[in-house]
Amino acid sequence: MAWIGERDLGTKAIAAAAPAMVTLRIDGQDVAVPEGTSIMRAASLVGTNVPKLCATDTLEAFGSCRLCLVEIDGRTGYPASCTTPVAEGMVVRTQTDRLAKLRRGVMELYISDHPLDCLTCSANGDCELQDQAGAVGLRDVRYGYEGLNHLVADKDESNPYFTFDPAKCIVCSRCVRACDEIQGTFALTIEGSGFGSKVAASQDDGFLASECVSCGACVQACPTSALIEKSVIAAGTPDKAIVTTCAYCGVGCTFRAEMRGEQLVRMVPWKDGKANRGHSCVKGRFAWGYANHRDRILNPMIRASVDEPWREVSWDEAIAHTASEFRRIQAKYGKDSVGGITSSRCTNEETFLVQKLIRQGFGNNNVDTCARVCHSPTGYGLKTTFGTSAGTQDFDSVAHADVIMVIGANPTDGHPVFASRMKQRLRQGAKLIVIDPRRIDLVRTPHIDAAYHLPLRPGTNVAVLTAIAHVVVTEGLADEAFVRERCDWSEFEDWAAFVAQPERSPEATEALTGVPAADLRAAARLFATGGNGAIYYGLGVTEHSQGSSTVMAIANLAMATGNIGREGVGVNPLRGQNNVQGSCDMGSFPHEYSGYRHVSDVATREMFERAWGVALDAEPGLRIPNMLDAATDGTFKALFVQGEDILQSDPNTHHVAAGLAAMECVVVQDLFLNETANYAHVFLPGSTFLEKDGTFTNAERRIQRVRKVMEPLNGYADWEIVQLVANAIGLEWSYTHPSEIMDEIAALTPTFAAVSYDALDRLGSMQWPANEAAPEGTPTMHVDHFVRGKGHFVVTDYIPTDEKTGPRFPLLLTTGRILSQYNVGAQTRRTDNVVWHPEDRLEIHPHDAENRGIREGDWVSLRSRAGETTLRALITERVAPGVVYTTFHHPATQANVITTDYSDWATNCPEYKVTAVQVAISNGPSDWQQSYQAQAERSRRILHEAAE
Amino acid sequence: MSTTDHLVYMANQIARELASQCPDRPVAATRDHIRQFWDPRMREAILGYLDRGGEHLSDTARGAVRLLRENAERAD
Ligand code: SF4
Ligand code: SF4
Ligand code: SF4
Ligand code: FES
Repeated sequence: MAWIGERDLGTKAIAAAAPAMVTLRIDGQDVAVPEGTSIMRAASLVGTNVPKLCATDTLEAFGSCRLCLVEIDGRTGYPASCTTPVAEGMVVRTQTDRLAKLRRGVMELYISDHPLDCLTCSANGDCELQDQAGAVGLRDVRYGYEGLNHLVADKDESNPYFTFDPAKCIVCSRCVRACDEIQGTFALTIEGSGFGSKVAASQDDGFLASECVSCGACVQACPTSALIEKSVIAAGTPDKAIVTTCAYCGVGCTFRAEMRGEQLVRMVPWKDGKANRGHSCVKGRFAWGYANHRDRILNPMIRASVDEPWREVSWDEAIAHTASEFRRIQAKYGKDSVGGITSSRCTNEETFLVQKLIRQGFGNNNVDTCARVCHSPTGYGLKTTFGTSAGTQDFDSVAHADVIMVIGANPTDGHPVFASRMKQRLRQGAKLIVIDPRRIDLVRTPHIDAAYHLPLRPGTNVAVLTAIAHVVVTEGLADEAFVRERCDWSEFEDWAAFVAQPERSPEATEALTGVPAADLRAAARLFATGGNGAIYYGLGVTEHSQGSSTVMAIANLAMATGNIGREGVGVNPLRGQNNVQGSCDMGSFPHEYSGYRHVSDVATREMFERAWGVALDAEPGLRIPNMLDAATDGTFKALFVQGEDILQSDPNTHHVAAGLAAMECVVVQDLFLNETANYAHVFLPGSTFLEKDGTFTNAERRIQRVRKVMEPLNGYADWEIVQLVANAIGLEWSYTHPSEIMDEIAALTPTFAAVSYDALDRLGSMQWPANEAAPEGTPTMHVDHFVRGKGHFVVTDYIPTDEKTGPRFPLLLTTGRILSQYNVGAQTRRTDNVVWHPEDRLEIHPHDAENRGIREGDWVSLRSRAGETTLRALITERVAPGVVYTTFHHPATQANVITTDYSDWATNCPEYKVTAVQVAISNGPSDWQQSYQAQAERSRRILHEAAE
Repeated sequence: MSTTDHLVYMANQIARELASQCPDRPVAATRDHIRQFWDPRMREAILGYLDRGGEHLSDTARGAVRLLRENAERAD
């Protein structure tokens, strides 16, 4: 459907940086536009809307409806303005009697096959067919409505979020083109021809059963109500819109939250959003129903022990209780006996306040964040090599890449909107190298075929990257000029000598890594010589014993091949959660203040001390796993957890549970009674991203506004709750709006110096560093020199993980996620997205399945040294023999019962991606799963009558 | 793994990585890493382990913990 309140200029803007300009005259008005612009777009720019149906400015012009005809002096006929480019001196008329007549004729044909139920149609008032009928002045249909038509065709309501009504379809193919061009799934076709032509999903399977991934691009592109959101059918068309940012993943899509009064009707990706350029995935566009789910907790609750049911209390009581518990525990066990965890789901401002509460209020540095379990090695590795704990590019950069290397990431599932943009570039001819144990979807998808897929054995990343470096160095493919100018040359020489050792070669490491040497050599040559080389990586890189080393190996490779410091290249971590970049930036790590400055740095600490009026601790605090260790040892007693579910998301569930159980006060601030809350003593109900103001920072370092579209159902935005707790322990905070928190962040953080809500409103978004040197932000980093000065090469020796397969545990388990579910699934499981992923399954190769007598769908037990769980099997060749794979979206599976407490050497990021396991046929859920379920149910009891 | 076992494991893991990353000064680099990232009670615990013989610490890790001890004493 059309964008309410937004103009559609009909065709796309010309992408060139400095295009030649062309001047023409349209209906008597002179206009200058970039060469290559369509007449339709030029006319729109001077305020003349040429009637159109098949054109829209998010798609390539198609020229099928013939409604946009114009007259051009000196040319015969009536060319379509959407497909005709402007020319110097052209004189165009868009409104003549002749044109009006022709357009009415076209319109008449459309309308004669269209139900005339406009008044009761769900798109009434928001329909381009209706608008265009008005625009061309159609008053009468000469053919009557009795002829052959499509009015009785069945509706397809299979997709949970939108319907397809063939009767309303005008076969403009905008949906087909949106699926191809924008999303890149190629799920739709126009079947048949002439009058018999119709839209079909896959082989006319219906939307749900087709390849459709429910991104909604087709729905957005449809000019009529043929494809329309069910929420619009239910609630009516929206009447206002507020721009905000998705709270699911690190792509950071911006949306127009389209409202009808206080009710959210639909989320429509914002065309001006620089991260998503008007596209989105199924989660951001459709899966927001959790905000009103009946499981959401709206009243604060406390209890003396986790065996008791919850007691609903007033906010005053809950806050006072929290403050007195933390003070009591600190008085009894010492100031370092408490700490907290910030949330990558919450805003920068909220995260900043939680770490401030801990540093200023609790007087220690015991603060950590869920980035510990995902991208902490990125922070360490990129800071060591380049000087900044973040990716080097913006997303637009991928449009300039010639060779794209994807390592340990599954963008079509994990970062779908960025994946669509990457696929656009690959369809234009960029080459793809995938390094992943699984044959991820990207390896072969419509019109894309990876040049190389290197299916390495889990845990051998460093060996593979070093072998690639070996080829680059020994075959003379390194970019020495770049290295001499930009990096430390003698470190490069040491590194080059190391990687050139014969035992690092692809041939020498093939047996270990499982990657055919010839493929690896060819991939290395392609990367080093194929033009702009861009590396994108994910958790398959970081979640290993050698996560930080792998990040540094990637940085070495980018420097050695000169692929840093301009568009189209770079090292790009695909960060998981919506604000995981931001939570790291905001000082959520126990050794760093905002902007990644160590707590022992005297000048920085003094600046914070002056601002906050207290002495601050110069010693690093505990990381999450160390907090849990300290809890079982009895020295850590209270934890404040905002918006994280460490019991489900952190490794070795038994250990996490033991740590939580050993604490005297666990406070959980969340939307739902999550798994961690089973061990909590205080529950503070949180607010959703729709209910608060703030900012998120996405994987490109892009800071974007989150805007409140409705009042918090729980009574307070999350930042207000933290402020209540802070004031109850005696801090005198007086923020009246999150913009004031951002002002404080900017004043205390050099890389944020130029950031303010005014600047964000003016610019739409900003990529840090944003300061005096770059007042509007920095899309590409390390352009003239590295942030640390000279690029730093680090020798990364391959050290195998101690988690090893053997006779008892012969298979390697690796974990991941899928498109429709999000992380621990707390939100997505409470939406219709469950139709695509009702349970976690274990992917196993047919060979391994057969050896064990396992058939598709069988219950199997999955056992490691750490624990055991059961789930159902999915037999597939996506995984190599010897490797099994599962997701961790459902608490019933508790995949982390299996994962061990091995972790990255530098950051303790857990080794989720390698666990030695055994798989065997089983009868159903394990004893542990059953007892856990019973305990969880007991722990979630609520006594409502006690509420005030 | 007990907390101490875990700390010993971590110290050895750090030492092993830094041995190749900083071949000129692996012991000092390991000490620096521990100093920068471990909270005082973790450092205390590994020092206690060293005092009890430090049996399972690798040579580099043991050297690093010794250095840590010297620094701590100098700071007193
Ligand atoms: S929802 Fe997305 S994937 Fe599905 S048919 Fe439409 S454009 Fe294609
Ligand atoms: S469903 Fe909509 S977009 Fe697709 S062809 Fe029909 S009218 Fe056009
Ligand atoms: S989940 Fe990620 S890709 Fe999907 S809409 Fe939200 S930000 Fe965009
Ligand atoms: S809008 Fe130009 S042909 Fe349809």
